[in-house]
Amino acid sequence: MSAYLLRRLVQSVLILIGVTFITFVLLYALPADPARMIAGRSATTETVERIRAELGLDQPLPVQYGRYLARLVQGDLGRSYAQKVEVEALLASRLGATFLLMIGGIAFELLIGLPAGTVAAVRRRGAFDRSVMVGAFLGVSAPQFVVGLLLLYVLAYKWPLFPLGGYGSIAHLILPAVTLGIAGGGWYARIMRSAMLDVIHQDYVRTARAKGAGEARVVTRHALRNALLPVVSMIGLDFGTFMGGVVVVESVFGWPGIGQLAWQAIQIVDIPVIMGVVLVSAVAILLGNLLADLVYPLLDPKIRYG
Amino acid sequence: MRRGWLVVIVVLALLAPSGIPTWGQGRATMIVTFKDDVSTLDPAIGYDWQNWSIIKSISDGLMDYEPATTTLVPHLAESYSVSADGRTYTFRLRRGVRFHNGREVAAADVKYTMERVLNPKTQSPGAGFYGGIRGAAAFGEGKAKEVAGIRVVDKYTVAFTLDKPNAAFLHTMALNFSHVVPKEEVARLGADFGHKPVGTGAFRVKEWVLGQRLVLERNPNYFLRGRPYLDEIVFQVGVEPNVAFLRLQRGEVDILGDGIPSADFVKVMADARLSKLVAVGDQLQTGYVTINTQVEPLNDVRVRRALNMAIDKGRIVRIINNRAAPANQILPPLMPGYDKDYKGYPFDREQAKKLLAEAGYPNGFRTTLYANNTDPNPRIAQAIQQDLAAIGVRVELKTLAQSTVIEAGGTKGGAPLLWSGGMAWIADYPDPNNFYWPILSCAALAPGTWNWAWYCNREVEKMVEEADAMVQPAQAAARAAKFRQIYRKIMDDAPWIPVFNERRYTMHSARLGGVKGIFVDPIHIPVHYDEVRVQSR
Repeated sequence: MSAYLLRRLVQSVLILIGVTFITFVLLYALPADPARMIAGRSATTETVERIRAELGLDQPLPVQYGRYLARLVQGDLGRSYAQKVEVEALLASRLGATFLLMIGGIAFELLIGLPAGTVAAVRRRGAFDRSVMVGAFLGVSAPQFVVGLLLLYVLAYKWPLFPLGGYGSIAHLILPAVTLGIAGGGWYARIMRSAMLDVIHQDYVRTARAKGAGEARVVTRHALRNALLPVVSMIGLDFGTFMGGVVVVESVFGWPGIGQLAWQAIQIVDIPVIMGVVLVSAVAILLGNLLADLVYPLLDPKIRYG
Repeated sequence: MRRGWLVVIVVLALLAPSGIPTWGQGRATMIVTFKDDVSTLDPAIGYDWQNWSIIKSISDGLMDYEPATTTLVPHLAESYSVSADGRTYTFRLRRGVRFHNGREVAAADVKYTMERVLNPKTQSPGAGFYGGIRGAAAFGEGKAKEVAGIRVVDKYTVAFTLDKPNAAFLHTMALNFSHVVPKEEVARLGADFGHKPVGTGAFRVKEWVLGQRLVLERNPNYFLRGRPYLDEIVFQVGVEPNVAFLRLQRGEVDILGDGIPSADFVKVMADARLSKLVAVGDQLQTGYVTINTQVEPLNDVRVRRALNMAIDKGRIVRIINNRAAPANQILPPLMPGYDKDYKGYPFDREQAKKLLAEAGYPNGFRTTLYANNTDPNPRIAQAIQQDLAAIGVRVELKTLAQSTVIEAGGTKGGAPLLWSGGMAWIADYPDPNNFYWPILSCAALAPGTWNWAWYCNREVEKMVEEADAMVQPAQAAARAAKFRQIYRKIMDDAPWIPVFNERRYTMHSARLGGVKGIFVDPIHIPVHYDEVRVQSR
């Protein structure tokens, strides 16, 4: 097991280096000049050139990337071009909120998706099954902006049950998490349904029924654990996606997550911040997948790592 | 079992605190919302429309403007005098003005501040405004240890000597870049000075939670007695304009920092109760299409004049719900030197087609129009495309990210036509030369220029230099007349199609008050925070 973990760690580091390289090159190739964006519209050519030299942007690409990597291994993510604040400080200020939203989002996705998918599989081809499939389709297709604003308007403005956006308590978390849950719950419902359908026809389930177990016990005690495997994969992926920021929901609800930060940075080509967000995102995705892989053996003892 | 958990969560949510702010109770507090985080409050660096007036409330310059006007008055300076040759300005500072850390402001602080702006290590976007000070260039290149043209005469007197007279110099001493900062705080905080600024202003920073809020509190020792009126200002960031609008109506927010959401604009202005909460004012702004004078066939002045006559400006103004007035010249109406008798090019398609034929394009030609991709600019670009198609000019639209469009405009031959929306020129200061030097002069031409028309008329350049040499107050009227002449001449060359002058609309809660116009102040954009008062608690 420890050999496996070590291998994964080495793989992760290599992947991260690859990610930083690709992102760095892409940002370098952009037809936008950060020095000119910082210098602003009234700058003379001399001012722009001096700023370019100060930031080291006049160096060739390999030199710039080399410097970036050298600072990165020492833990220095640089300073934002626009805000002059250290990128770590900017990321740290957003990580807590992003993490909370991720937990809330995944919780509602599971809350909405898993029961719906399970029941749809058990009562296959019934009215419930069909409505779950349609609901899943609607949930996934509806733009998050529209769903979010609708929820805010109805549940926070017309009837003040929840705060009108913002951050600070569980009450603030509910609406954005539900918006994410509606969007992603559809996926979980379908995955759960098809996984359940696979499992429910297996021999050991029939055996359990033959032994006299009630339907509920059959589903929860025997079928669920195996049907959860694909769901665990998805949760691992979701972990990475959410930690990379969900710009639309964060913007609508004024949630101070990493997505908002990334969006602002992209508008003004604030390269250190963009690199920082991409790094956090990549680390989160790698971590999410690792955790998902580690959970498998707990669900299915046949899976083992060597 | 799962339903049980749902009930528990809903109950908890209902019991949890709602969004009522817990600060400011019992104090005169104002809440302003913004979508983007405040970038920096370092006066030498901050240069976006959001932090511009916040910085004006935290630090001060030698000069400032009377609230809601473009009238220049001494501020940190008690008085000033100009030498006979117009090249030396001597400022006498007020006594007893203190920084937020308690120390008194002296002339040496002014010299330190200006040298900090001119120092390349500071990366100040404003360094170019002070290039005319004697010795500034040598200092910037590292050839001198100080700027020779800035002299500390005595503890409270500082003198600036320029290479040549510049009638706009006093305006540059009102810009944020010249706001005085204390050397010891900059040295102590280094690059964090932008987040913990220390100045002489009416407010100081009480708390700044990145990504959430910036809280300013009143400076009880501000040198202008009786100001500011408010005890506290809370800037809530990350708030989407639509949500901010809902919160304003619920009484949770006082000012919509990003303006009224465009989807609600017509509804708000038509509603008797809501429209009373909207302050309207003119800005020192013009929205225009630049015509690249170095690209064929736009290098022919007849073609440029034809394009000017083809645009239906009234229709474009309607596209933005009448938030602007059509423009017929380069300067906006608020700017001295604006010519109210100038008629400009009429909207006349037949005349336009005739001019094109004269220039050798009876069947029109193909060209490209660049525009910013944020609403409403693509719609305006489409309207321009349709107007030009009506005279036979077939335009390909390129709506791209702002940074890309700016890059294309600044590249020689890069953008034949460019709609300035979203990046339109707002004057740095209320002097007509600010609409010339950065965006229409020969001197500005270099890769990355904002003179997207790549326009260069040496005769006009000389006229502007002569006008800038008219520094004495007695020459003000003659200078304004000369600028009217200059801009008429530029319009004859038609490097731009001026389209409209945007108005500013600031929606605020009913409980805020103050001198008329401070919510649409043309200099302290958009709100003059020092002058806002709360009418009822």
